[in-house]
Amino acid sequence: MASEPAAENIGYREIEAVIDPSHDYESVTEKISRISLTPTLPKSLYIVAGISLVLIGLLFTSVFWLVVRGTGIWGLNVPVAWGFAIINFVWWIGIGHAGTLISAILYLFRQEWRTTINRFAEAMTIFAVMCAGLFPLLHIGRPWLFYWLLPYPNVMQMWPQFRSPLMWDVFAVSTYFTVSLLFWFTGLIPDFATLRDRAKSKIARIGYGMASMGWRGSARHWQRYEIVYLLLAGLSTPLVISVHSVVSLDFAVSSIPGWHTTIFPPYFVAGAIYSGFAMVLTLAIPVRSLFGLKDLITLNHLDNMSKVMLATGLMVLYGYGMEAFFAWYSGNEYERYMMWNRMTGPYWWGYWALILCNGVIPQLLWLKKVRISPIPLLIISIIINIGMWLERFEIVVTSLHRDFLPSSWDMYIPTFWDWSIYIGTLGFFFFLMVLFIKFLPIISQFEVRELLHKKKHGHH
Amino acid sequence: MTQVFHPAANTIARVSIMAGILGVAGLLVLGDALQKSSYVTEVNMPREQVVPFSHKHHASLGLDCRYCHTSVEDSNSAGIPPTRTCMNCHSMIWNDAPMLEPVRQSWATGEPLEWNRVHDLPQFAYFNHSIHVNAGIGCSTCHGRVDQMPLVHKVNDLYMQWCLDCHRAPENFVRPRDQVFNMAWEPPANQDEVGPELLELHGVDTSNHRLMDCYKCHR
Repeated sequence: MASEPAAENIGYREIEAVIDPSHDYESVTEKISRISLTPTLPKSLYIVAGISLVLIGLLFTSVFWLVVRGTGIWGLNVPVAWGFAIINFVWWIGIGHAGTLISAILYLFRQEWRTTINRFAEAMTIFAVMCAGLFPLLHIGRPWLFYWLLPYPNVMQMWPQFRSPLMWDVFAVSTYFTVSLLFWFTGLIPDFATLRDRAKSKIARIGYGMASMGWRGSARHWQRYEIVYLLLAGLSTPLVISVHSVVSLDFAVSSIPGWHTTIFPPYFVAGAIYSGFAMVLTLAIPVRSLFGLKDLITLNHLDNMSKVMLATGLMVLYGYGMEAFFAWYSGNEYERYMMWNRMTGPYWWGYWALILCNGVIPQLLWLKKVRISPIPLLIISIIINIGMWLERFEIVVTSLHRDFLPSSWDMYIPTFWDWSIYIGTLGFFFFLMVLFIKFLPIISQFEVRELLHKKKHGHH
Repeated sequence: MTQVFHPAANTIARVSIMAGILGVAGLLVLGDALQKSSYVTEVNMPREQVVPFSHKHHASLGLDCRYCHTSVEDSNSAGIPPTRTCMNCHSMIWNDAPMLEPVRQSWATGEPLEWNRVHDLPQFAYFNHSIHVNAGIGCSTCHGRVDQMPLVHKVNDLYMQWCLDCHRAPENFVRPRDQVFNMAWEPPANQDEVGPELLELHGVDTSNHRLMDCYKCHR
């Protein structure tokens, strides 16, 4: 930002800037800290928190009933034995992927625009993975025996089946959660120290002080911090690819038509990033307007995220095309029938709604005007989230409900408890988001200050 | 502005990290020890019975195991004797012993005695006495020296790993069929030679770890 742009270029500048140039170090810090240090929240967030709490109540009730009665309260039965539990697991874990991509890969590629959204996306990742993890735990039927999934010496002399992708899932998801949490927490440490120093109340100072682990901002602290952050970024990078690849292998390693395809890993990863960015936008657009953060999460960010969505959306669409093409090209009657059944069978509405949500509507993102208009973008990102859920529904249900034996063909109809647990996790997710907004700095303050420094004094 | 924390907080933080690690490790070790303790497994813990029946005493009289456990050679269950079996002798000897009052009661009313089960396998594990006995696995291999127990107690925890230890290498435990009811039998010095021969003789097929298949026990 060497010179002030000419008046006719203002619109352009607004889009290109990753931070409003009128900011200085103090104004940025003050603006972001104030959100955490103000005792109250905007009214609308209280409403969100209230509704979320009700949904959490619904979640607990449903889980209680599930534990009492068993998974029979869901619509599961042979041949569709996976249903909502796996659909929601894949959906949530996919949403988590934007966080790692933004925090790790974009960090390594020195993408400056990640700075104001990474904290937010990482929090979203962690909460989404928590929701995701709940589903396999509940689906095992006896959640209190979850530790049987882990390889530990036991009196049954049993090891988990290491050849099963479901086993790899356990490692992939738990690694992902651990690394994401560490990464998030490490990034928060300098900001906790800032909050500790700015907080007025004693409790807040002690709380933030403990979380900041004695951070004093000395040169040695910063030097070590940078090394750790870089290492964690390096560790997280393969996870962006590996976690959803492993999730896709849950399906691809089986021999069910509709699951048994080699395109699944890349297609799932693209879909995960697609849905992850959609969720980041779904959350970021309301938050930036609620807290007046439009100068930090700028139109440039929305534009960039839309471009990522457009790119991954096209990959996903290619995946749909290839699935259909190979079903036909294989000449295999089961593959062909599966695809035909998916398009024209009893769940045809799901397939075409998915193509509409994930394939057709996002093409609007080709237009720059759409990419920088928050409201249409919010609507499109919600549609993509719905579309990605439908995609998992189609993959899980239509592949299973008509398997090799026509005598066992059946319909899968989700019950009240299927829906209540799914909606309950949405409440859980949004409640954690509200807590995050209330208590933690939702934008990385020191990284924004660093960015400002670079912008004002050029790159070193 | 005053400091929030005293310098001692650094030490507390470091100690709490170590304590956390050691605490979790300690809990795991404790859980493992508890799982293997007699408190949980009931190994070496004699069970109270309605009549303090002594296997030691009755075996020393020369009674064969099969006098009471009649179905051990041809059924899943070794069999708990009916009161009639007790009364075969106790209608004539010790027929007024106060200790045997519940037996006489049972005999008079027809209500069977309620023994407390010592070796209680879970329902999801299929177990058949006859196949083991006929394959040359003796009573004492699993039940220990019952002939020396006043009140019966377990000598093995009956955990799955214990079952598998034998199913993986039955040649270490198999004995000639005529030794199955010999409570004093010990593996001979050349068990590693005779073991495989005995398995062959008894028709036990251990190829491909066949005895380790899940469905052998979980049907």
